[in-house]
Amino acid sequence: MTETAIFRDSAADRTFRAGWWTRRVAVYGALTIWAIICLFPIYWTITTSFKEAPNVMQGNLIPWVDFQPSWKGWRALGLSPDTIGEMSTPRLEFLKRFGNSVIISVTSSLLAVILGACTAYGLSRFSYRWGWMKNGDISFFFLSQLILPPVVLALPFLVLYRELDLHDTRIGLIAIYTLSVLPIVIWIMRDQFAAIPTELEEAAMVDGLSVWGAFITIILPIALPGMVAAFILSLVLTWNEYFFAALLTSTHANTLPVMVASQTGSQGISWWSMAALSFAAILPLIVIGVLLERFIIKGMAAGAVK
Amino acid sequence: MSVMATTGDLLHVVTTTDISPARRTTGRILIWGSAALLAAVASAQVAQALGWRDFGATNWRPTLYAYCTWAVALCWGQVLTRGEQGKRALFILPAILFVVSLTVFPLLFGLLIAFSDWNLSSPDGRQFNGTANLVQMWSDPYYWNALRNMVWYCLAIIVEYGVAFGLALLLNSQIRARKFFRVAFLLPLMLSPVAVSWMIGKSMLENRFGPLANLGRLLGWDNPSFFGSDWMARLTIMLMDAWTFIPFMMIMLLAGLQAIPRDVQEAAKVDGAGGWRGFWEVTFPLMLPVSVTAILIRIIFKLKLADIIINVTSGGPGGATDSVTSFIFREYRDRSNVGYGTMLAMCYLVLIIIFMTALMKLADRFARPQT
Repeated sequence: MTETAIFRDSAADRTFRAGWWTRRVAVYGALTIWAIICLFPIYWTITTSFKEAPNVMQGNLIPWVDFQPSWKGWRALGLSPDTIGEMSTPRLEFLKRFGNSVIISVTSSLLAVILGACTAYGLSRFSYRWGWMKNGDISFFFLSQLILPPVVLALPFLVLYRELDLHDTRIGLIAIYTLSVLPIVIWIMRDQFAAIPTELEEAAMVDGLSVWGAFITIILPIALPGMVAAFILSLVLTWNEYFFAALLTSTHANTLPVMVASQTGSQGISWWSMAALSFAAILPLIVIGVLLERFIIKGMAAGAVK
Repeated sequence: MSVMATTGDLLHVVTTTDISPARRTTGRILIWGSAALLAAVASAQVAQALGWRDFGATNWRPTLYAYCTWAVALCWGQVLTRGEQGKRALFILPAILFVVSLTVFPLLFGLLIAFSDWNLSSPDGRQFNGTANLVQMWSDPYYWNALRNMVWYCLAIIVEYGVAFGLALLLNSQIRARKFFRVAFLLPLMLSPVAVSWMIGKSMLENRFGPLANLGRLLGWDNPSFFGSDWMARLTIMLMDAWTFIPFMMIMLLAGLQAIPRDVQEAAKVDGAGGWRGFWEVTFPLMLPVSVTAILIRIIFKLKLADIIINVTSGGPGGATDSVTSFIFREYRDRSNVGYGTMLAMCYLVLIIIFMTALMKLADRFARPQT
């Protein structure tokens, strides 16, 4: 079959195509390089947790090619297949810290979302007057907490908690974590409520619902995605928090970051078990990040765009 | 700045609530009764602390419980005495009580500590020493050094912003597997700084066998040491912090890019402003408000920088990487010096407030639409 070229690319079109291809390659090249920068440390942690001392010292990278994976790191935590059935003190220790982290971060995030959602709703719907403070000032009061560096509160809290016997308790940490994520929650939720038309509540109230009834049965379900976003963002921040946890806990209420940080023993670092521990500490958030990525992005994008 | 703007139209509902005098009285009794209880418990505990009389309390928990009771009674009393208005106040009152009791009280208490000589490990307890801490701070080279480092760390945000903007543009362009790249780029933000400082700071940057040191050797760097010299160490810390927080700015900028209407860019293209020029003259100006918000929030987070420094270098070499927070942290950890540490923190807070207020004023003027 003979083909007659009816449409022929002119020279200008062909350079355009070449330019398009080089640009494609540059874009994907940059994306890939940055993806490697982001993911390599995680890969390194996972592989290191399966290495033995010589593998670590030689800087081997690829399992089964460079080195033979072993369960040494996970055995030190009591989480390898051959130790999982037995009693193990390190595992109990780890599970205790893990449990503390879960309880503290989930409770404080929940509290912050509840308090923050009510506050943001109130500020977006009613006009308050408290002395010279009006809605804008009250909003600013809450959001300005974001500027407060933790170090300013840390030492007074340390002393106060000792007096109140809240030092090294979960409740103490929960209170201070709730405080630290509350401004962010209020910021996200204010945006959410501002986007919901007030006609909805007006209709609900005509139907006989009270202010709180309308808020809980009508508005909250609509604002649920925003609340989930705020909750997850708070969860990330509180799960990773180290500064207060290091100062305000000693033995009972330690969270995972504190445990990770305190692993550098006197006879050098046992890289494999450190890697296993770090990986166990970041795994929940990696899972959350992969599964619920769109909520996190939604949460962070809130307020950025008006 | 968008942070301060009030949004949303207000809900206007006229309601008539008849509050019987009996109900109002009950509410008043509730509020004032619990306040009296709080006052009684607190004064009893003060009396015990001053050694006048022993009530057998081992800590200040009773006062805490009385305070919580009073807070609940206050909220309930609002509804009883003010009806509908009280129900509305109930939306913000719990949060206000919570924040005030957890920031204002500790801050006032902190002021008290700041002007005293208090070492938790010494048996003397707290001793008022006036401005001695201020004088000590004035001649403390390490504190000034830490403040200077903070300036450097904050300046690094400009580079982070550039990288984040570039990544946001990449993610916003026509690409395949966008979701994969977005998740991958987001992951560093999810990791705990402590794990990051172990994974990268201690393990990957280990100068004998760390993969980055090996890479450095491969590229012809004879003796890679990431924490050897002052500037190298500072740079390494900056890079690690940037690694964690670039995704944050990237997401905000990406949201801003996606909010730009398509037709604006197309109109610019029709007018002959494509590519580089179109970016500088159309996209970038439109992105200014988002950029300013992102940078301001990033600065706020940067000023809290501590976890990585505490865990990787603990300020070394010779205080070259110290941030104010990590310096005060060690002041307490190593010397239990609560009084002096609090004074340093208070001064830092004052500096931050001045700096941020000026910056927000400036940003407000800068980012206002120039029409």
